[in-house]
Amino acid sequence: MNGHVLLIEDEPNIIEAISFILSREGWRVDTHSQGSDAVEHVRRTGPDVLILDAMLPGRSGFDILRDLRDDPEMSALPILMLTARGQSKDREQAERAGVSRFMTKPFSNAEVLDAVRALSEA
Amino acid sequence: MTGMKQADLARSAGISASYLNLIEHNRRRIGGKLLLDIAGILGVEPALLTEGAEATLIATLREAASDRPKAGAETDRADEFAGRFPGWARLLAEAHGRIAALERSVETLTDRMAHDPHLAASLHEMISTVTSIRSSASILAEPGDLDREWRERFHRNIREDSTRLAEASRGLVAYLEASGDAAAETGAPQEEVDAALDAVDHHLPQLEAGGAPEEVAAALGEGLSVTARALLEDWCRRYAADVAALPMARLVTEMEAQGPDPAALSEVLGADPALVMRRLAALPREVMADRLGLAICDASGVLIFRRPLPDFPMPRFGAACPLWPLYRALARPMVVVSAPLAQPGRAPTLWADAVAVPRDGPGRGRDPVWQAHMLIRPIPPEPPTADAPQEVGVDCRICPRQDCPARREPSILGGAGPSRF
Repeated sequence: MNGHVLLIEDEPNIIEAISFILSREGWRVDTHSQGSDAVEHVRRTGPDVLILDAMLPGRSGFDILRDLRDDPEMSALPILMLTARGQSKDREQAERAGVSRFMTKPFSNAEVLDAVRALSEA
Repeated sequence: MTGMKQADLARSAGISASYLNLIEHNRRRIGGKLLLDIAGILGVEPALLTEGAEATLIATLREAASDRPKAGAETDRADEFAGRFPGWARLLAEAHGRIAALERSVETLTDRMAHDPHLAASLHEMISTVTSIRSSASILAEPGDLDREWRERFHRNIREDSTRLAEASRGLVAYLEASGDAAAETGAPQEEVDAALDAVDHHLPQLEAGGAPEEVAAALGEGLSVTARALLEDWCRRYAADVAALPMARLVTEMEAQGPDPAALSEVLGADPALVMRRLAALPREVMADRLGLAICDASGVLIFRRPLPDFPMPRFGAACPLWPLYRALARPMVVVSAPLAQPGRAPTLWADAVAVPRDGPGRGRDPVWQAHMLIRPIPPEPPTADAPQEVGVDCRICPRQDCPARREPSILGGAGPSRF
């Protein structure tokens, strides 16, 4: 078992595909689809790596990221942010908020696997 | 400047009238003792004679020259140019101002395109769907055996996502192309439904005669997107339920006495005023010569049904004018709010009745889902209230009304008064 990944994403078929490829590589994968209670969910489940979509129902991924970084217990959590918007200002916004890695859709499965591996080893 | 004649002023200053004329038209520069003399005679500050309009004009010319340095305009001779050719100078300055205003408009429109919520949402939807297809397809394309259940699941996901992608692409292309054809103009499913109902004047004789809503929706929705067909079927089911609750013959009989007043009709018919509004808006032309408009919004204020009138347009997406009685009705549930409407640049000829009612009946522990209806009709000969016309627009972006207390964004038409943002 590699470790625990929490995937917060609202697109069910993306959830299924990413969960499948990570589980197959030995990761334990939890999923969550709501932005509104995402911070509490992260605190409760305590993942080793968080994959966070930027646009979620109820709350943006950027706001969730900021809240997590403000929490001393979550400030070092490796976070991979996924977004369908590739503008540089989004990347800058995520970096300012303390993202560990930023990935624009459409990404490949291999890119996600590599990123999660790298983040867990960092 | 003080009412003094030019000849008198010239005489007092000790110069000829023709020389004064040259000075006035900036063909001779003024300075020194003569400037002080003339200012003294006129009782004004000397600077006033050398600044003001001419100074502004020269500054504008210099600004125009600095904006286009490659043109090589002789900026050190701008005052001479303005003095010798004041008409040409004003023309050039006005053209410069016009170019600057147009450039600002282009910037504003470009910015709006970049931040168009509909465009952004469509692209986000498409990219997310492509991501899902790519991930699922990669898993299926990998060498080695994949469990049959997983294989079928990813095949199903790809099929679902490709359908979604096709729908989103179609909607986006239609939105961007926006040709003159009403069907091609539609970008969102709700707009497709609005266009389909508009094509039959919002009257469905088969449903009035008790036809099956599914069949009527299937015929009417031919060629529409899957989502639009689902919305249309839902609307047809509501239409059929409305017909059952209030047949057209009964409504028309009472309307002969009451007129198309939803509040009055609601009382005599013992029917929900929102139902009466929907039934009135669905009457055929031979019964209701005046076309009636209808807007329905949910509790978030988003319009979920639009039957606009030529004299009362409704925004294609986004929220409408917050001053519409439709939104006032949301703040006063179950009360029919009525008012004449005053739109910018139009004589007040329309009347609005609005009411907010729960979408469904009561249920244990269930909060009602509120919807507001607003019927637009000509101002009745004997208005039921003596209220002053309610000032309304369509959408802040295209509303020229100044100092509007409800404005939420500046107008692209300009002149929207002081910023509130």
